[in-house]
Amino acid sequence: MLNRRRFLMSTAAVGAGLMTSHLSPAFAEGAPQIQLFVPAAPGGGWDQTARTIDQVLRSEKLISGSQITNVGGAGGTVGLPQFISQWTGKGNSLMVAGMVMVGAIIANKAANNLTQVTPIARLTGEFEALVVPAESPFKTAADFVAALKADPTKVPVAGGSAGGSDHILFGLIAKTVGVPATNLSYVPFAGGGEALSALLGNQVAAGISGFGEFSEQVKAGALRLLAISADKRQDGIDAPTLKEAGIDVELFNWRGVFAPPGISDADKAAMVTMIETMAKSDAWATECKNRNWTPILLTGDDYAKFLTEDTARITAILKDLGLA
Amino acid sequence: METLGHLAHGFSVAFTPVNLLWCLLGTTLGTAIGVLPGLGPALTIALLLPITYQVAPEASFILFAGIYYGAMYGGSTTSILLNTPGESATIVTALEGNRMARSGRGGAALATSAIGSFVAGTIGTMGVAFLAPVVVKFALAFGPAEYFSLMVLAFITVSAVLGSSSVRGLTSLFAGFVIGMIGVDLQTGQPRFTFGTNELLDGVDVIIAAVGLFAVGETLYMASRRYAGKDEIVPLKGSLYMTAAEWGRSWKPWLRGAAIGFPIGAMPAGGAEIPTFLSYAIEKKLSKHKEEFGTVGAIEGVAGPEAANNASAAGVLVPMLTLGLPTSATAAIMLSAFQSYGINPGPLLLTTQGDLVWGLIASLFIANVILVILNLPLIGLWVRLLKIPAPQLYAGILVFATVGTYGISQSPIDLVILYLLGAAGFLMRRFDFPTAPVIIGMILGPLAETQFRRAMTISNGDWSVFYTHKLSLTLLTLAFIGLAGPHIWAFIEHRRRRGPEHVPGDA
Repeated sequence: MLNRRRFLMSTAAVGAGLMTSHLSPAFAEGAPQIQLFVPAAPGGGWDQTARTIDQVLRSEKLISGSQITNVGGAGGTVGLPQFISQWTGKGNSLMVAGMVMVGAIIANKAANNLTQVTPIARLTGEFEALVVPAESPFKTAADFVAALKADPTKVPVAGGSAGGSDHILFGLIAKTVGVPATNLSYVPFAGGGEALSALLGNQVAAGISGFGEFSEQVKAGALRLLAISADKRQDGIDAPTLKEAGIDVELFNWRGVFAPPGISDADKAAMVTMIETMAKSDAWATECKNRNWTPILLTGDDYAKFLTEDTARITAILKDLGLA
Repeated sequence: METLGHLAHGFSVAFTPVNLLWCLLGTTLGTAIGVLPGLGPALTIALLLPITYQVAPEASFILFAGIYYGAMYGGSTTSILLNTPGESATIVTALEGNRMARSGRGGAALATSAIGSFVAGTIGTMGVAFLAPVVVKFALAFGPAEYFSLMVLAFITVSAVLGSSSVRGLTSLFAGFVIGMIGVDLQTGQPRFTFGTNELLDGVDVIIAAVGLFAVGETLYMASRRYAGKDEIVPLKGSLYMTAAEWGRSWKPWLRGAAIGFPIGAMPAGGAEIPTFLSYAIEKKLSKHKEEFGTVGAIEGVAGPEAANNASAAGVLVPMLTLGLPTSATAAIMLSAFQSYGINPGPLLLTTQGDLVWGLIASLFIANVILVILNLPLIGLWVRLLKIPAPQLYAGILVFATVGTYGISQSPIDLVILYLLGAAGFLMRRFDFPTAPVIIGMILGPLAETQFRRAMTISNGDWSVFYTHKLSLTLLTLAFIGLAGPHIWAFIEHRRRRGPEHVPGDA
């Protein structure tokens, strides 16, 4: 069914393309075909990452084509076991995943984890933002921290689902300033839109989410940006990093690619090279800029090392939050 | 007046031959995917996102808007004819629509839903064009406490579908609550009732439940009754389209449905299901043909919810275009399409991308016209489906329901759930438990729970938020009147008729 539907859809898309006579250039000869596995439904961050990878790899003539498979559910913990068991040894395949999956594996106590697949590259990250409604008495991150220290139950903070990157950052901030994570008043919302409307409607004291979710509201003056979780100040963003604001926390909601288990060293090296070439292309840089993704490329063994560290950090904070 | 100028400009963008073709393509595709259960507008637009690399922004948004509106039209077709809702917003349509189809008025049900969709879609789109800034302010005033009170109000719907026995109806409702609770709890991240199954972590899809309980359950029941020779389907009785009487009974529900659907659709957590519930409950209360509800099918029960569902689809565009707030899966994907063009959707969208936004709004008007022209002639064709002999028809429904369910997430577990619920639906039908309250419980239960817990988290455990917030108090009062009102009224009537001297204990 999947293939047939995708076939119908692509027929429609090609038909649509013909109408404006802007068909994509002919495929590069000799370039390989790849398979992309997305452990999420179409439309989300991982899916967009996969489709952008596909687009840029094609335009850079690094591949002749790709097939994208979506197996969504439960933060990726439904798709991961399939990728491990059914895709073993397929050297031309990549799975898109990220920090959300690390959190979901821990919170859902999943049987499989990311040490069972082959890390290829960390590609992008979205830093988070701490914002308050325009009318809020909090002018700086210090005001927010002072209120949190005084009585954390009086500072309801909106963000994404429990145990997700927003919740994790809130926990990290609290831990760093010495407020017990269990006392926090975190109000999880299903999507960025709902959390945003709670902020615009003055229902909560503050909000934490990906910077992209809030950037336009900040520009329009509806929200005030107190701090961002990036490693350094960002061009065009008039706010300190959490570190500059005296809270020693740095967090990127990162996304990267993994190959299946059991692939040959040659295949792995080729894949790393291909993804590295892609990530250094201008086309990739443009896509990242359009989508508010910060390129934070890290490949091979460095990526594997980072993964171990990040997993440990997330496990610790989820334990503090009572979720692991 | 300024708005009219913008709108005229928008039409000049949308009325180019190429953009009209995109609109036609989108509405046709939208109708088709609306008919198929499991393939919704969100998924379709997501799969078509790559075309944003190929065509101009206006063209792709006109295409996406056509798909979005088209799916709302198409979704009702299978609800009415096959009792197999394609979208969660058309579940209520199946209640009366399918009864009408069985008693030979399927054509009228399809017509009232197509024309009602057109009327409500047009009203809703006008709302987007002219009222967006006002409506969005109202919508943002809704916090968790207000949403909870709105859910309480929506629960009144249950009283309209309880059936003959309240005990059985409430049993069904609570079964719905339990099914709705399956999966990861959003507030704490902990799994509930998943029994260690990964696939259950995301819960049971309400469409699968509706298709299982309605379509599969019904099919099994029919199979068991095959030789009893009862419950014949009448393909067509009287005129194919609506009679004058049916027009007369439809137009008010259309307008009321639009009035309920648009503002609730504009609310960030409003959704499309709640307005269809509210509309159904109101139409049943107001109808002069109450005896037709749940028996031969009342046209008001199709006209109102269908209008509400389309108006709410327009309402969803209000926060999306004025604030850049995606409040449904489809809106979220449309916003990500904006990003592919390097456009950041937000409160400044209207000023920085006026051409695009007004072109999109104008194309929605055009899409509505195309859809009604496209859908009315199709009715004759659709109704012929009912002429298929029962065994083949029901076999077809079973295949259709199975394939559609598998299409939602390609998960075999979903098929197991579908048939388990189908078996449950059969037993419920056999022992006279109504199935609609299960679906209402599944949708409203988790929503009410989430909003309640959010409200309590924000207020730090203070109950008074539900009655100190004016909007919340108003909604709770309305809910009370809706539930207790008829009883109080009946009591007063009763006293007046018998005279006060006959009431025992009256001082």
